[in-house]
Amino acid sequence: MKKGLTLMLTLLLLLPMVTVWAGGQQEGGEAATEESASADVPQVKLDYGNASGELEIFSWWAGDEAPALNALIDLYNDKNPQVEVINATVTGGSGVNAKAVLKTRMLGGDPPDSFQVHAGQELIGTWVAAERMLDLTPLFESEGWMDVFPQDLINLIGTENGIWSVPVNVHRSNVMWYVPDNLDKWGVDVPESWDEFFEVAEELESQGVTPLSLATNWTVNHLWESVALGVLGADKYDALWNGELSWTSAEAVEVWATLDKILDYTNDDFSSLSWQQATDLVVGGDAAFNIMGDWAAGYMSTTLNLEPGSGYGWAASPGTEGSFMFLADSFGFPKGVKNPAATLAWLKNCGSKEGQDTFNPLKGSISSRTDSDLSKYNDYSKSAAKDFADNRIVGSLAHGVTANEGFMNDFATVMEMFLKNRNPEQAANAAQAIAIQNGIVSK
Amino acid sequence: MVESKKNAVYSILVLLPSVILLLIFVYGFIGNSFYVSLTDWGTGAALRENPVKNFVGLKNYRELFTGAINARFRQDLINAVFYSLFLVVGTLTVGLFLAILLDKGPKGEHVLRTIFLFPMALSFIVTGTIWRWVFSPKGGVNLIPTWFGMERGKFLWLSSREQVLLFNWQNILQIIALILFVIFALVLYSGWKNKKRTQITWGAVLSGVMLFYALVLHNILPPILPYEESHGFSLATIGIIIAAVWQYSGYTMALYLAGLRGLPVAMYESAKMDGAGDLTYYFKIAIPNMWPITLSAIIIISHISLKLFALIFSMAGADNASTGHPSVLMYLVTFRANNFAIGAAISVILFLMAALFIIPYLIQSYRARR
Repeated sequence: MKKGLTLMLTLLLLLPMVTVWAGGQQEGGEAATEESASADVPQVKLDYGNASGELEIFSWWAGDEAPALNALIDLYNDKNPQVEVINATVTGGSGVNAKAVLKTRMLGGDPPDSFQVHAGQELIGTWVAAERMLDLTPLFESEGWMDVFPQDLINLIGTENGIWSVPVNVHRSNVMWYVPDNLDKWGVDVPESWDEFFEVAEELESQGVTPLSLATNWTVNHLWESVALGVLGADKYDALWNGELSWTSAEAVEVWATLDKILDYTNDDFSSLSWQQATDLVVGGDAAFNIMGDWAAGYMSTTLNLEPGSGYGWAASPGTEGSFMFLADSFGFPKGVKNPAATLAWLKNCGSKEGQDTFNPLKGSISSRTDSDLSKYNDYSKSAAKDFADNRIVGSLAHGVTANEGFMNDFATVMEMFLKNRNPEQAANAAQAIAIQNGIVSK
Repeated sequence: MVESKKNAVYSILVLLPSVILLLIFVYGFIGNSFYVSLTDWGTGAALRENPVKNFVGLKNYRELFTGAINARFRQDLINAVFYSLFLVVGTLTVGLFLAILLDKGPKGEHVLRTIFLFPMALSFIVTGTIWRWVFSPKGGVNLIPTWFGMERGKFLWLSSREQVLLFNWQNILQIIALILFVIFALVLYSGWKNKKRTQITWGAVLSGVMLFYALVLHNILPPILPYEESHGFSLATIGIIIAAVWQYSGYTMALYLAGLRGLPVAMYESAKMDGAGDLTYYFKIAIPNMWPITLSAIIIISHISLKLFALIFSMAGADNASTGHPSVLMYLVTFRANNFAIGAAISVILFLMAALFIIPYLIQSYRARR
């Protein structure tokens, strides 16, 4: 009797496993046939009727960045008084937590009406590849955005099948920060190439100053992309991402070797610091330079109350003068949203000149349009906007423009390995392996 | 007879809903995770409405243990072993020590008991945040030497990349075989001492097989990795271990204190009569008599050690590979890199590790009941 019961229980336990197994296999079969059928891309329609009801905006803009988002929402409410905006934020820098929440919501069939996403491959490699976004080309054409967004930018946020999101801001990644008075005191100039940097670094170390301050893991990836752009130049940097330049080529190994040398001139405790603490080292005079995106300008101007130009200075990171490595936050149009009319109005608001010039001065970024009203921005932003208009534009790796999320995550692991053994050859080989695995380089 | 049948029907009816829910939401999903781990879900368009999942067999597992780009998983696995080991040893020792102190009935025992138990009531996120401050490189414990006029401590508690006890991953199977050899040899020894024939046979056969593998087979078979890869005990994990031991010693203290109080007073008195000191009483009499408590403490603590995710996440961050743990890696691989199949494979391995701790316990308690 007892044995029979045990047997029955075991069988009962196994039953769901078997059904799930079978169900899973069936799923695979269906999807395979569907894939070949869906060749045409659904586009956004320009007429969904009047916007009303509720609009849920999903983002990670809380804390310091909340005022900028709120200003953008206020502007939207002025134009669309019928719509009630639900501001759904999930805190966590760079969206580390928000992205996971978004994935579970999308998988569960409950997409927000529009969500914040880093423009470029972070959106394309995950959500466009999953066929969950609408092509926005008609919207770009009807709003005249094709002419006001730089062509380089449109190329990077689109694929041959369409344009996938509306950028609301532009940040620059390849900026080197310093305090002009301190440099005078130490008697050094801003280096324009990494070779110059190494000379300056020796001088600084002899005076007991850390040449370059660095922070937690992702800032090393951030440094890597600036080094790569400096060592390779814009053309070869782009070639890395479209698979034309091998990750194991001599030039690519050179990037790692340069990074290896640079790391000798950084603070030892970097993995334990936040990026703000690395900026503090420069402001406090313990370190000379820091390479960070231009949200550091916002931090220094707003939080630390420093005057751009005199309180802190900036230059393109060594060897990258004339190139603008960008990243942008953007909003897309997911398939199957509850309120398409309100979503369309939201995207129009995000891309409009007024919307961008309301949002960006508060956020500390610049407008992604070339026709923005510069009088609303501070001195740093004016200089960045000028560079954005006439520099060569390339995409950032650490912030989701050039590579999909799989590569970004694996690259962080490769970087950890490199920091442990500091072997450029091995890092280059590992980078090639993950580039193949994540479809950046074909075999 | 009729009455008991009625009872049986009722009990089945009452149990059925929870059994069905368990079957679906626990065992069904474990089964589904296992199935996903055998597919290639995650390459390309992982988040499609109907994702393409091709059956690839055990490829993901092979990749994790021998693939060139999964070195982090292997280090995390080693870390997990050390986390479990040090957490169990640490909490048992500290907890036992505290329990013995409290057993002597000092003044204010109630207050102390609450204080020691209190950390367990906090969530890992809270303790993690506090301990991150304690272990920050330019503050916290590193400042203690300055109180005595010495230079500030330089150790990077959570971000050191130093490792000790280095070994080559190519030799991992040999090392495991040697450890198993020692265990089976002990089984053989105790069988020989107690004159149990089946135990002697099994001990001899298994320890022989392990020794044969370690000394002969391992050198003949091709290596599991084409190149040398060193792993070891990351010094950065010490900070995490200290925080976890701090949090859970109170718990083992409570277990042991209950155990000590549960021992008959006569045992203590007769030991005293025979002239045993406190040390002899606790180490020779009390601890051996509390073996069931030690065993359940080991099992509970080793399960907690597999759930260190939140503590590591809040203390060192998810990207910090030197303090990594398979559960953290599983989160990164699944939710950041969209590699659902590899993530599922890691979670199945974690599940098996948990089973490794609990199955011997289940077998033992089943036997005890018979």
